[in-house]
Amino acid sequence: MDKLLEVKDLHVSFKTYGGEVKAVRGVNFNLYKGETLAIVGESGSGKSVTVKAIMRLIPNPPGKIVNGEILFDGKDLSKISELEMQHVRGKDISMIFQDPMTSLNPTIKVGKQIMEGLIKHQKLSKKDAYERALELMRLVGIAQPEVRLQQYPHQFSGGMRQRVVVAIALACNPKILIADEPTTALDVTIQAQILEMMKDLQDKIDTSIIFITHDLGVVANVADRVAVMYGGQIVEIGTVDEIFYDPRHPYTWGLLASMPSLDTDEQTELIAIPGTPPDLIHPPKGCPFAARNQFALAIDYEEEPPFFQISETHFAKTWMLHPDAPKIEAPESVKARVRVMPGNFEKPIQVEGL
Amino acid sequence: MTNNEKLLEIKNLKQYFNKGKSNEVRAVDDISFDIYKGETLGLVGESGCGKSTTGRTIIRLYNATGGQVLYKGEDVHGKKSRSDIKDMTRHMQMIFQDPYASLNPRMTVGDIIAEGIDIHGLSKGKERQERVFDLLETVGLNREHASRYPHEFSGGQRQRIGIARALAVEPDFIIADEPISALDVSIQAQVVNLLQKLQKEKGLTYLFIAHDLSMVKYISDRIGVMYFGKLVELASSDDLYKNPLHPYTKSLLSAIPLPDPESERTRRRVAYNPSVHNYQDGEELKMREVAPNHFVYCSEKEFKEYQASYVK
Repeated sequence: MDKLLEVKDLHVSFKTYGGEVKAVRGVNFNLYKGETLAIVGESGSGKSVTVKAIMRLIPNPPGKIVNGEILFDGKDLSKISELEMQHVRGKDISMIFQDPMTSLNPTIKVGKQIMEGLIKHQKLSKKDAYERALELMRLVGIAQPEVRLQQYPHQFSGGMRQRVVVAIALACNPKILIADEPTTALDVTIQAQILEMMKDLQDKIDTSIIFITHDLGVVANVADRVAVMYGGQIVEIGTVDEIFYDPRHPYTWGLLASMPSLDTDEQTELIAIPGTPPDLIHPPKGCPFAARNQFALAIDYEEEPPFFQISETHFAKTWMLHPDAPKIEAPESVKARVRVMPGNFEKPIQVEGL
Repeated sequence: MTNNEKLLEIKNLKQYFNKGKSNEVRAVDDISFDIYKGETLGLVGESGCGKSTTGRTIIRLYNATGGQVLYKGEDVHGKKSRSDIKDMTRHMQMIFQDPYASLNPRMTVGDIIAEGIDIHGLSKGKERQERVFDLLETVGLNREHASRYPHEFSGGQRQRIGIARALAVEPDFIIADEPISALDVSIQAQVVNLLQKLQKEKGLTYLFIAHDLSMVKYISDRIGVMYFGKLVELASSDDLYKNPLHPYTKSLLSAIPLPDPESERTRRRVAYNPSVHNYQDGEELKMREVAPNHFVYCSEKEFKEYQASYVK
């Protein structure tokens, strides 16, 4: 598969009165053509900061890309000028934000907001842009586009507004679409509609999607590959089946075990992950998850774990996969999911980075 | 369910806003159900369906437009003096959705928790202090936390403070209005486990309002589904998932994404269109008992169809 985007050793920090918050600490991943990569993790794990860095939307000051490369189309997005970035943003890479209530301008008609990018990036005439806007509105499933284009955002419901935001993001046929929790603010029924629509559109226009969410149900629904983030780092990455049916990192276990499935009865207690996420002003030495990990080994407090490769596509950053580590059994509810993955290597192999 | 003693009876409850004006909103429109002692009743539905309003009207944060809420046989909304209301609210408490907005930022955690104790004059001085420490420890915080302010706590910890405050006056009945939807997945399980533990220890009764159906299924004994101010289906939680009868319930269940890629690939979503009912004039719509303890809001004709389609 073709690599479309390559993120290498990305570090992002924010200067605050309390000290420097190291929000992203060495993230590596590739995005391939036509795939959907989901990034999951709790608030503060650095998932939004990672994609905002790709879009160069980190406010500086206080934020800064301290180190790393973001390779796209032969360019390093972390180094190019703001002017060059403006040609990428909205054209090659576009973004959908979490809250459809605030990401549209309330004082400008919806039609004009959709046409803005078309006129700027694709150099369309006003008339052509209007035609294209009508087409986009139909594409995202908004009825009566002629009427709706002349309306203001407050005349749309939440789900309809998110459709408009998707239409704006798709206007210039971007190569990459970044969706930052696009359905978190919506009801389940509306969420299902938007997810279905995004999948349809991906088939039609062959965009790659980076999908950020903390809802594992949504991940299972949309993703081809999944990256699990914790404490500013990717701790496990693999295909959706590998993450759900053969998880290896204890944090991934914790996430899967803390969600009741529809057949969990109330007698079984949910396995909560104790404690709270790490303080990224003073990131812990060793494994960031060690303090909350009931399976933590002594070395987890001393040295940061390397990546171990489990299959061609599956990597996990935990000492538990080291050949010398004691054999640790996953919690019952996780074991119940595990299946044999045909692509797995005989033994996990320690690798340098991803 | 352990027993069938009714703790709360909600009868034909109505809550209209802007009544009689052109912008009248029937947030809760003539709903009836009972809550049994010691159970957890889940209330689900999408935003704007009236589930939160139902909770708030039960505890008399709003004055009901019509109908009755009987707590141990006594009407919450009847004519009452201030002290009567005070007596009543001691037995009912509420946990709110947003742990950031529901705690007064200018009060210490100790004072927030003890506010109810002070209002009801339950204890004073050293005894009050001990009680606060006890409550903090019950919800998994430290006694040192009593002198701190809410901004020093994370979302999950704040929700624990909200729970401690609700427990302070030793209520029998707690309304939890989306208590976990503002929290992270890993923290949600902590709070749910705490609520379950407290229910076992103190014999509490919960009305659990939420839109996360998998969590509701897990925590509830029975579940009520609301749609546009109406209660459309009420059944035990297993039965509701096994035998959803009302088309809206079916649509809601088909929309929840599950953390299982395989079932997601084969998922077929059912959309709900209210016109499928095709009700004729003069048909009486009401809650009917299709199977034991399984109620659906339907017409006589649908009632027969539902009965036929019910799988035992």
